[in-house]
Amino acid sequence: MKARITVTLKPGVLDPQGKAIEGALGGLGFAGVEEVRQGKLIEIELAETNPEIARASLDDMCRRLLANTVIENYRIELV
Amino acid sequence: MRSAVLVFPGINRERDMAYALQTVTGARPYMVWHSDTDLPSVDLVVVPGGFSYGDYLRCGAIAARAPDKNAVPPHVAAGRLVLGVCNGFQILTEAGLLPGVLMRNASLKFVCKEVRLRVENAKTAFTSTYAAGAVIRAPVAHGEGNYFADPETILRLEGDGRVVFRYCDASGETTAQADPNGSVNHIAGIMNERGNVVGMMPHPENLIEPMQGGTDGRGIFESIMRAA
Repeated sequence: MKARITVTLKPGVLDPQGKAIEGALGGLGFAGVEEVRQGKLIEIELAETNPEIARASLDDMCRRLLANTVIENYRIELV
Repeated sequence: MRSAVLVFPGINRERDMAYALQTVTGARPYMVWHSDTDLPSVDLVVVPGGFSYGDYLRCGAIAARAPDKNAVPPHVAAGRLVLGVCNGFQILTEAGLLPGVLMRNASLKFVCKEVRLRVENAKTAFTSTYAAGAVIRAPVAHGEGNYFADPETILRLEGDGRVVFRYCDASGETTAQADPNGSVNHIAGIMNERGNVVGMMPHPENLIEPMQGGTDGRGIFESIMRAA
């Protein structure tokens, strides 16, 4: 089973990288870009076939390593 | 005084730290490799600077879960001292031994220069040889030193005197210009509730003898020696 985990900065946490991208898009002439936030995409291949068990295990992985919940949110998708 | 320096792949300031410890305390520290699970019985554990595990995932995230790290919480629980410098500070926050997180510098640039620090709390095991409010010089070299925590945590840190160092200018004024990374309240170093774990972005180990251009960082090691 394949999982896709998206880690994003929580709203309100300053994202200097997103700001830099936003500036560069403006520089290329893209008008109307109101905000850019950058995150991470992590793909995981799991041996587990039970979606419920897989999800619980992925949630544990996110909380213990993949995301820093002080500043980041995460979203788990089973593909 | 007995000390140990934790060494992870990608750490590069461990020799500077070992040299400072040996020079100031007179005793050579144990160097503890990341896969070692036993920590010698020491008064002080130092988590040095560098780029552990290439800063993959997040700065300090992988090192904070390395096998030798398991020995640190019992050391802390026993009330013994831990100092984290630069990447070491990042590792201690990732390990949950200090609150908050070090984010990308607001300038998005790696900053390598000398800054000034104001000693905000001189009644700690790490700062007792400094005068309160003393302004000291210290080098910084980091890309992610932008200290962040939620407003309640910051209030608690400030209220409890747990902000140990703050970036300032030569006259001791905290200004945005004197802050190399955009940290909340210009915070450069903090301690845990019990006062036995300190994390700081600047490198006191690189300013311990005149040959290095000054001795402003010596006081931290002398304070630790006095406390241990």
